[in-house]
Amino acid sequence: MIRDVQRQDNVTTSPVISAKNMSLTFQTNDGPIHALQDVSLDIEKGDFVSFIGPSGCGKTTFLRVMADLEQPTGGEITVNGVSPEEARKARAYGYVFQAAGLYPWRTIGGNIRLPLEIMGFSRSEQAERVKRVLELVELDGFEKKFPWQLSGGMQQRASIARALAFDADILLMDEPFGALDEIVRDHLNEQLLKLWKRTEKTIAFVTHSIPEAVYLSTRIVVMSPRPGRISEVIESPLPRERPLDIRDTQEFLDVAHRVREGLRAGHAYDE
Amino acid sequence: MRNVLPVLTVVAAIFVIWYVGAVALNATWAQDNAARAGGGELSFTELVADTLSQDKPKLPAPHQVALEIWETTVEKNITSRRSLIYHSWITMSATLMGFVLGTGLGIALAIGIVYNRTMDMSVMPWVITSQTIPILAIAPMIIVVLNAIGITGLLPKAVISMYLSFFPVVVGMVKGLRSPDRMQLDQMKTWHATGNQEFWKLRFPSSMPYLFTSLKVGMAASLVGAIVGELPTGAVAGLGARLLAGSYYGQTVQIWSALIMAAVLAACLVGIIGLTQRLVLKRMGMA
Repeated sequence: MIRDVQRQDNVTTSPVISAKNMSLTFQTNDGPIHALQDVSLDIEKGDFVSFIGPSGCGKTTFLRVMADLEQPTGGEITVNGVSPEEARKARAYGYVFQAAGLYPWRTIGGNIRLPLEIMGFSRSEQAERVKRVLELVELDGFEKKFPWQLSGGMQQRASIARALAFDADILLMDEPFGALDEIVRDHLNEQLLKLWKRTEKTIAFVTHSIPEAVYLSTRIVVMSPRPGRISEVIESPLPRERPLDIRDTQEFLDVAHRVREGLRAGHAYDE
Repeated sequence: MRNVLPVLTVVAAIFVIWYVGAVALNATWAQDNAARAGGGELSFTELVADTLSQDKPKLPAPHQVALEIWETTVEKNITSRRSLIYHSWITMSATLMGFVLGTGLGIALAIGIVYNRTMDMSVMPWVITSQTIPILAIAPMIIVVLNAIGITGLLPKAVISMYLSFFPVVVGMVKGLRSPDRMQLDQMKTWHATGNQEFWKLRFPSSMPYLFTSLKVGMAASLVGAIVGELPTGAVAGLGARLLAGSYYGQTVQIWSALIMAAVLAACLVGIIGLTQRLVLKRMGMA
């Protein structure tokens, strides 16, 4: 009982994701690789946090630790106040991978239904949710189409719909638009912001694009490689309401400049 | 339609080679006969006419085989001992039974190998070893052992078919069940899917293209197994028995017609699988 009460308190006061001095070392044949070292970060409810850095900085690994796809070798991390494993088993997050990863033998509707089937939603509930999330990502009317009938951008939208279908409060996204061209990417970024506003989810977003990170985020976590660590956390002064042309304002350019500086500082010892 | 001409050309070339071969191989016998009859050398037209119409030629001509097949399929009652349809049916029933058993065994072993590390390490080498033993050596043993425990008739032949047909299914299904990539498996984990769900919703559907490819090879192997199973047993019915009887009595025309029949049977069975494959994969949106 006491624990329950405490947890209730946690929901309102403590961060959704909290890492303290967390480290992760992979043992390989070429010796240990320090993917993450002494990483501390709090993500608050409703935040949109981007992770940016060169490859090998551990940004994807960090996201995978939150999702319990990797286990830290040191330090602590909690998701919704519990261990990532418990959070995963409670289906606390939706994960969007770099590739859409839709099953070719299932229609778009069937793909979105997949996690719902696994989680044991009733048939009517499944149908209702599929319809709702398809509208959310503006793919209504495509339910009966097979993935190969959709463009890459539409497939990625379908995969986001799939991650939203079971109403997890946290959305973990690993370079979801990395493989798409710039025009499609702009469009999806805009849609994602709208979706974030409507659903009030907490989003952790890995990217290697500075404009994307600045445009989307309330906070930008700049990371540096070997060993992977956080070199800077930048709070964005931009308003939550962001039309695409906000990217031409001085404020936006200033933030982008700070991110670039942060990335450069992280790299300095490398040269 | 553009493919018709090249295909017909190849078929025509095969027939030409076959006829030339028939004349060449049967010529000695024809000349010897003519010499014994005291008629001297045969002229070219006489030679060709004789070599293409011998009773027991070394190589029967295509039309002789065609005629034999016509007589033993269309003109015979299908319950007759002399009907090729009857013999094909006997062989096909063993083939199909062995195929079903082999496919079942193959899929079961593949699942074991994919999910169990011990089985992965221990079973696969035995599976491969099993195929290095000539089936002709092991077929009589299987017949004898099964006979000793009172199993006769269709099943022993089916077991030999199974022995040959489970192999491609194991190999294909192990590959197929392992075909989902890391990301797809991670995705299943993020949804906290059970092992059962992962199998039925991801691994099994992913393995379908591999399964059908294996089934085609397995079906052909199964037919070979059924025919081989009929050879050492003194079977009185089946295409294998037909081959054996033909070779006892030098009935080359009969042997060739049984061979052609076996080929047609294999083509039909494999064709049916191909058709099923197209239907299933199309329904799955994968073709």
